[in-house]
Amino acid sequence: MNATSSEVLYRAEGVSKRFPGALVLDGVDFILRRGEVHALLGENGAGKSTLIKCLTGAYRRDGGTLLLDGESIDPRGTQEAQGLGIGTVYQEINLLPNLSVADNLFLGRQPRRFGLVSTAAMRRAARGILAGYGLDIDVAADLGSFSVAIQQLIAIARAVNLSGKVLILDEPTASLDAQEVGTLFAVVRDLRARGLGIVFITHFLDQVFEIADRITVLRNGRLVGSKPTAEMSRVELVTMMLGRALEQETHSRAPQPEISGAAVAEFKGFGKAGKIAPFDLTVRAGEVIGVAGLLGSGRTETAEVLFGVERADSGEARVGAKAVSLTSPRAAVAQGFGFCPEDRKTSGIIADLSLRENIALALQARRGWSRPLSRREQNALADRYIQALDIRTSDREKPVGLLSGGNQQKAILARWLALNPSFLILDEPTRGIDVGAHAEIIRLIEGLCAAGMSLLVISSELEELVVYSTRILVLRDRAHVAELTGSDLTPDQIVHAIAADGSGQAGA
Amino acid sequence: MIAAAQAALRRFVPQLIALATILALNALVFPGFFDIEFQNGRLYGSVVDVLNRGAPVALLAIGMTLVIATKGIDLSVGAVMAIAGAVVAATVAGGASLATALLFAAAAGIACGLWNGFLVAVLGMQPIVATLILMVAGRGIAQLITEGAILTFNHQGLIFIGSGAFAGLPMPVLIWLALGAAVTLAVRRSALGMLIEATGINRRASTLCGINSLVLLLAVYAVSGFCAAVAGVIIAADIKGADANNAGLWLELDAILAVVIGGTSLLGGRFSIVASLLGAMIIQSINTGILLSGFPPEFNLIIKAAIIVVILVMQSPAVQTLYDFLRSPSEVPTETPRQLPGEAEAPESLGRPQ
Repeated sequence: MNATSSEVLYRAEGVSKRFPGALVLDGVDFILRRGEVHALLGENGAGKSTLIKCLTGAYRRDGGTLLLDGESIDPRGTQEAQGLGIGTVYQEINLLPNLSVADNLFLGRQPRRFGLVSTAAMRRAARGILAGYGLDIDVAADLGSFSVAIQQLIAIARAVNLSGKVLILDEPTASLDAQEVGTLFAVVRDLRARGLGIVFITHFLDQVFEIADRITVLRNGRLVGSKPTAEMSRVELVTMMLGRALEQETHSRAPQPEISGAAVAEFKGFGKAGKIAPFDLTVRAGEVIGVAGLLGSGRTETAEVLFGVERADSGEARVGAKAVSLTSPRAAVAQGFGFCPEDRKTSGIIADLSLRENIALALQARRGWSRPLSRREQNALADRYIQALDIRTSDREKPVGLLSGGNQQKAILARWLALNPSFLILDEPTRGIDVGAHAEIIRLIEGLCAAGMSLLVISSELEELVVYSTRILVLRDRAHVAELTGSDLTPDQIVHAIAADGSGQAGA
Repeated sequence: MIAAAQAALRRFVPQLIALATILALNALVFPGFFDIEFQNGRLYGSVVDVLNRGAPVALLAIGMTLVIATKGIDLSVGAVMAIAGAVVAATVAGGASLATALLFAAAAGIACGLWNGFLVAVLGMQPIVATLILMVAGRGIAQLITEGAILTFNHQGLIFIGSGAFAGLPMPVLIWLALGAAVTLAVRRSALGMLIEATGINRRASTLCGINSLVLLLAVYAVSGFCAAVAGVIIAADIKGADANNAGLWLELDAILAVVIGGTSLLGGRFSIVASLLGAMIIQSINTGILLSGFPPEFNLIIKAAIIVVILVMQSPAVQTLYDFLRSPSEVPTETPRQLPGEAEAPESLGRPQ
């Protein structure tokens, strides 16, 4: 790509980071060369942002070395990293919209004369900097009066001006339209030509193939691989991200029998504009429907539309034989649905309430406020599920926020099982929990299914998905694109279904 | 059952200690503080005075506790008091019966609360901003009702609510005790308390559980409005007139303070109405004590602020941590065996997964 692209600019070796109870980065190596756009990819929780934070000093790493231009560095904060030449631009632009463009560019280092800020000099300098990006805008106007794309460019200009060696772009294109992405990429190419090393984080694979020279993939806190983009195929990339070596797959598993039992729930043309394209889905008693797709493919959106979190704007839902309207989670619960959301902390647990209260909550909500569960009933309920799901806790009055991730997940499962739902939706039930609890939750899913409950399970873990699913829906670009059944239920097939078609539209 | 009662009592220890200390200080500066006389069918004395004068803040604290438990705040209660006072005065002055007047005042308070709840729950405004609207506009509404003047009345039934007595106790005391007990029972005997706490800690997760958090928030602000209306009626009845400008002025801040002293977090969640009522009594004991002590009035606010700072510092997480730290080496060995018998059943049976 570039004459100097072989020269190493920033090298991280064996970077590790441990959070209480979890090793989030496990000896990751990362090499950024001068004049290179380096895409850093991975699913949620892969450790991308942790790695970035270690590289920029926002987190103190627990192990490993950082070498910038061959010299060992140890930034204690983003300020220090900036001084060393490492600048970062985050997805949510952290500039001040109520200050002028020039103020934002020079905030904290305004040119002074006699101790006073020299506005004229600052504006002149700001115009000079922005001219380098082909931007001719009024630098005295408030930053907030410009589009997100322009603000993004200004943030980049500030970061490059402050730092000038390494530029880290954390999902810069998430809220830009195609034309704005084009403008941004022109700037990125220009900076690459100037010899900067650019780390580019995104979920859009098309953009990766368009601009990145090299791709590094992380998964579960480990380095999966790093390769020049030219040597990487789309299928290979998806495989790396989802963690499957295509050739090794000989999963010994009897194909699940097709279930043709009674329909528990039926959705026709169900969808919501901007969230998930209309889809048809029939849920039969005792089946586990797996949902696979990359992040942002519409997996969670599917669950939220089914559970009434997002109100569907097309199609109809039937439970049993009668049409129902799923306008709120409350309405969905009334139809016998349950939903364990992806983000336990913000959407699942009520951290300060006790384990007992967390387990009793959904049942209590369905009974209504005027028919309280007595303390004895709550205790019995909690004890039953603490034992049945083997929730490890000192006692049932412990605030659920103090339990480990796996036990929190079991508590939320218990909350729904207490309702004895006919259709239970699990969004990433095994994410962020330790290996032991992981296996228990998978066993639990199989047990529930055997007991006749219908489940819809969303997971990024393909090996896991094929173990318990009766059939698997594959999502891409916020639409249901394939349904795999019988002997097609293999990680290979899922990967191919996810990656299919995509290569044709790389230039979009 | 006994263990539960002990736990509940432990919850009130800081408030009870603060209240006892301030009452003792009051007795120190005013030796006759605990004297109580029985005259003309009612009790008189400084302690009765604390209970009586503390009625408005106690009433506001009941509703405020629930609102704060949902991670909200209600700044409008002082203004709602003025509105309710104006409504009740205008209605009896117009010749309506006492029951009608009280009904109107209560309806006005509930309507104000529902407005706040609508802004917060439906439109998603920040509670502090949403209730600020009525805090400012409410006094204007009250002035429109009283037509800018202090609207006086001479309705004996209404005046009785402010200054009468029943079974030896002043009416305001009976009213706040009764309302406090009624609301406490209502939220703790039903599932409302748990649902309110869940909504306050994590509204999204609560909604996903099927809790109707929208209706719950509306109801909580409506209760706060109703409590403010009752307080407003008492104040108006006490002075035999509705003063739109001054009735309940700044009392919202005392009510918030009462809740905070009561140990309910402004971040929502766990709440205790009883502790908030103790908080209201602590504030009133300070006020009464300063008055009785004969300090020059210009010192009042400063002394009050100083005492409150001390109480809040004692309750602050930093001091709690320090206290636990200082206490842990010597007392933990003696503490642990003492606590075990009462709570032994639960941890024992759970400790062995079989």
